[in-house]
Amino acid sequence: MTGSAVTGSTVTLPVVRPPGPVQLPAVLDQTLDNGVRVLAVRRPGVPVVEMRLRIPALCGQSGEQLGPDAAGRTLLAETILTGTAERDRQRIATDLQSIGGSLAASVDADRLALTGSTLSDGLPALLRLVAEVLVSASYPDDEVDGERDRVEQEITIARSQPAVLAREALLGRLHPAHPYGTELPPPGAVTAVTAARMRDMHAGRVSPDRALLTLVGDLDPQEALGLAGDVLASWAGAAGAAGGQVPDVPAYPGGPLVLVNRPGAVQTNIRLGGPALPRSDERYPALQLANIVYGGYFSSRLVNNIREDKGYTYSPRSAIDHAFATSRFTVAADVATEVTAPALLEMCYELGRMGLLQVSAEELGAARQYAVGTMALMSATSAGLASVLSVLVGSGLPVDYLREHPAALARVRAEDVLAVGSQVLAPAKLAPVLLGDADRVRAGLEVLGPVEVAAESPATGGRQA
Amino acid sequence: MSGPQTKISSLSYPVERVTLRNGLRVVLAPDKAAPVVGVGVYYDVGFRSEPEGRTGFAHLFEHLMFQGSENVGKARHPQYVQGAGGTFNGSTHPDYTNYFELLPAGALELALFLEADRMRAPRITQENLENQIAVVQEEIRVNVLNRPYGGFPWITLAPVAFHSFPNAHNGYGDFSELEAATLDDAAAFFTTYYAPGNAVLSLAGDLDPDETLRMVERYFGHIPARDVPRRPSFAEPVPADERRGHQHDPLAPTPALAVGYRVPDPLSDLTAYLPVVALSEVLSNGDASRLQRRLVQRDRSVTSVSTYLGTFGDPFDQRDPLLFNLEVYHPAETRPADVLAAIDQELARVADGGLERGELARVQARLVATILREADGVLERTLAFAVFEQQRGRAELVNELPAHILDVTEDAVRAAATALLAQGRSVLEVTPGPATAGEPA
Repeated sequence: MTGSAVTGSTVTLPVVRPPGPVQLPAVLDQTLDNGVRVLAVRRPGVPVVEMRLRIPALCGQSGEQLGPDAAGRTLLAETILTGTAERDRQRIATDLQSIGGSLAASVDADRLALTGSTLSDGLPALLRLVAEVLVSASYPDDEVDGERDRVEQEITIARSQPAVLAREALLGRLHPAHPYGTELPPPGAVTAVTAARMRDMHAGRVSPDRALLTLVGDLDPQEALGLAGDVLASWAGAAGAAGGQVPDVPAYPGGPLVLVNRPGAVQTNIRLGGPALPRSDERYPALQLANIVYGGYFSSRLVNNIREDKGYTYSPRSAIDHAFATSRFTVAADVATEVTAPALLEMCYELGRMGLLQVSAEELGAARQYAVGTMALMSATSAGLASVLSVLVGSGLPVDYLREHPAALARVRAEDVLAVGSQVLAPAKLAPVLLGDADRVRAGLEVLGPVEVAAESPATGGRQA
Repeated sequence: MSGPQTKISSLSYPVERVTLRNGLRVVLAPDKAAPVVGVGVYYDVGFRSEPEGRTGFAHLFEHLMFQGSENVGKARHPQYVQGAGGTFNGSTHPDYTNYFELLPAGALELALFLEADRMRAPRITQENLENQIAVVQEEIRVNVLNRPYGGFPWITLAPVAFHSFPNAHNGYGDFSELEAATLDDAAAFFTTYYAPGNAVLSLAGDLDPDETLRMVERYFGHIPARDVPRRPSFAEPVPADERRGHQHDPLAPTPALAVGYRVPDPLSDLTAYLPVVALSEVLSNGDASRLQRRLVQRDRSVTSVSTYLGTFGDPFDQRDPLLFNLEVYHPAETRPADVLAAIDQELARVADGGLERGELARVQARLVATILREADGVLERTLAFAVFEQQRGRAELVNELPAHILDVTEDAVRAAATALLAQGRSVLEVTPGPATAGEPA
C-alpha cells in the first residue's frame, strides 16, 4: 500500500539534538562499622523509595556438594521472609502492605538479593523489618516444610520450559562441576533441605561483610544513611562468618556441537556461549559495542539477517552476562525446526564477520548512541537507578562509572571492535548447544560439523551423553 | 472509612490536549524530572475487531507497521530510534494496538516524524508480508506451541468464557489464516482502522508543550482525515450457569486450572469496577492475601495462585466485556474440585464476613504504591495517558486513580465478591499429557 499525500517531495530526517552530560544525582556513599556499604540517592518525584540489598557469595566453600548447596540457597531465599524473632509470616506481610511496601528475596551463586520498595514515609519501617530479617530470620519448621514441596514443584515446572532447559544445557557445558553450571537446583535436591540447615546457612553466610544497601527515591540521603546505620548496627553475622568465595572458573571447554534431543519439538533452541571480558577491562566498551552490533539490539546484524530477511525466528539476541568470577558472551535464537542448520549457519557467519572485518562507521555510531542513550533511560526511574547502581557497585565498579562510561564508549574505534570481536565473538571461541528434535535436525547440522547428540533428561536436569 | 496510617500523596502531572483538524487526538504531559521523552500512538483497533477468517490479523498488521513507510525504508525505523539512543516496541491487545518509543529528549522530533510517516503511508510489500507471517509464526511457536502451558489461559480460557467470535477467538491467529493474509487485506485494514481520527498520540516527559505542538502539527497535521469506524458493541450476557473447558497439554508437567469471572464495565462504572481491583489484591497479592494463605500456606494444595483483571493483566486497558482471571498450578494429587470449593469459601468469607481490621487500608496502600511506582517511568506514564484518553477521554485519570482507590469501601469489596459468586463462572482445566480416547480434546 502506498500513501497518496506528499508525493515526490524530498524529506529530510529531523536532526537529533545531542544529549547533555549524564545527569546523575549525587550519591552518598558510606560504609558502616559492620562492613555494610550504603548508597543513598535523593530522587524526588513520586513519593516512593526503592531499596536493593546485595549480600555476596551465597555459594558454598570448597568441599560442599554443588547440588545440595544450590538447593539450600534456593530454599533460603524462599523462606527468609517467613518468620523472625519478632514477627510471623503473616505479620511480615501485613506490615509491608501497611507501608505500601514490597519485599522479595532472590538468590544466585554470587549473591542473595533483597529487593524492596515503600511509600516514602514507610522507609524506617521497611529498614527495621529488613534488619530484623537479617539478624533473626527464624526459618520456622512448619514454613520450611510447606515451602520445600512447593519449591520442588516450581522447579519441575521451570524445567519443562525449553528456554530453561536450553540455558541449563549451555551453562552445564560452559561450567561443568562449578556453581555457575546451573541456575536451578537438581530435581529432588530441595526436598532434602531441613529448617536447621537453613538456620545454619543463614548464620554462616548472610553476613554484612561486603554487603551493599542501595536506597533511591524521595528521601534525605543523610537521614537515610543515619537510619540504616541505626537499624543495621546489630547485624554482625556469626563469628567467623564472612561471605564465601566463588570458586575460580576453569577455562571454558571446547568440543563439538551438542544437540540435546527433544523429540517432537517444533522449534530448536540454539544457544552459543563463551568467555567475555569483565566491565573493568579497558577493552570492555569495545566489546559492549561489538555485542550491540552483532545481536544486542533490534537493529543488529543478527536480527536483520535471520528475522527481518529470512524469517527464521522471532527474537534472536546476544548478550554479555557478568558474574563475580567470570563474564560470558551468549547468543540465543529459537528457530523453526526445519531451518535449524541454515539458521546456525547465518548466526556463525555473522559472528565470523565480527571477528574478521571492521564494522562500518554508521553501525558503530548507532551502537554507541544506543549504549549511551539506554544507560540514561535505565537510570531515569528510581527503580532503574537503584538496580543499576546496585549491580555496578556490587560488582566492584566505582559510582562514577555511570558518569564516565559514555566517554569510554565515545573513544572506541572500529579497529577496537574488530580486535575484541576476533577474540570474543569468533565462532571458534564459542560452544554451541542446541535443544531440538534430533531426528529432524541432526543431518543438517552434520553438514556444518561434528554433532554429539545427548538425551533430554529432565529427571537430572543435565544431559546424558 | 479510615485511611492507611502511611500518608499517601497523589500525582499531579499537568495534562494538555489538542485535537488536530484530521481528528488525531494529542495529549501532552510535560515533566522535566529526567531528560527523556515518551511517545505513544494508540490505534483504537485490537484483535476483537479483526474479521472472521483472518484471526491474528491485527497483530500481524502491527508487525507490518515496522516494515517501512513512504520516507522510511525497511528496517530503518528501529535503526533511527535505537541509533538516537532510544527504545521502541508495539503491541496488540483486545481493544487497541500501540506503538511507542522512549528516547533522549533531543530525539522527540525524529520519533514524531517516524510515527507520522507510517500513520500517513506505510509501505507494505508482498515480500515483507511473507517475511512477517513467518516471524509471527515463530513468535507463536515460541510462546504457544513449543512450550508447556502455551497460551494458557489467555487464548484457551476465552472460548470457554465467551461465545461471540470477537471475544472468543485466538488473537494470535490460526496458521492457515495468517498465511492467507493478502496486501489487499492490509490496505483495507489500514484504511478502516488506522485513520488519524481513530488514534491518540501521547507525549510525556522532558518536552516544551508549545514547541512540541508545532512539531506535531508539522508532521501529523497534513495527514488526510478519513472516516472513523464506529466501534461495535462486543457485549455478551454474563453467564448464569457454570461453563467448563478441558485442555490436554502434552508438554505440561503438572495440572493447571483457570477460572474466569465477568466484572463490571470499567468505563461506564469505574465505581463498581475498582472494588474488584481491590478484591484481586485481597485474594492473591502477597503472603497476607486470602488465597495465598488458604491454598499455598494452609492447605498446601497448589504450587501457585494468582488473580488479575484483563486479558494481559492490566486492569485499566480493556473495555467490557473482560474477565477477572484466577490462575492456579497444582500437583496431580490435588483435585480441581477441592481448589474450586476453597475459592468459593474464600469468596464467601469476603462476601459474608467482610474484611479484617485494617485489611482494606493495607490493600489500598499497596495498590496506590504500585500506581505511583509505575508512574515514575516516563514510558509507563505515556502509555497510561494514551489509553485513558482513548477509552475515556480522561488522561488525567493517571493523577486521579490513587484518590479513587482510597474511596473504595469495605461494603463495595464485599459486593464485588458477592457478584462473582452469583454468576456462572468459566472453568478451564489443563491436564498433562496427550488427549485420551473418549475425552474432549
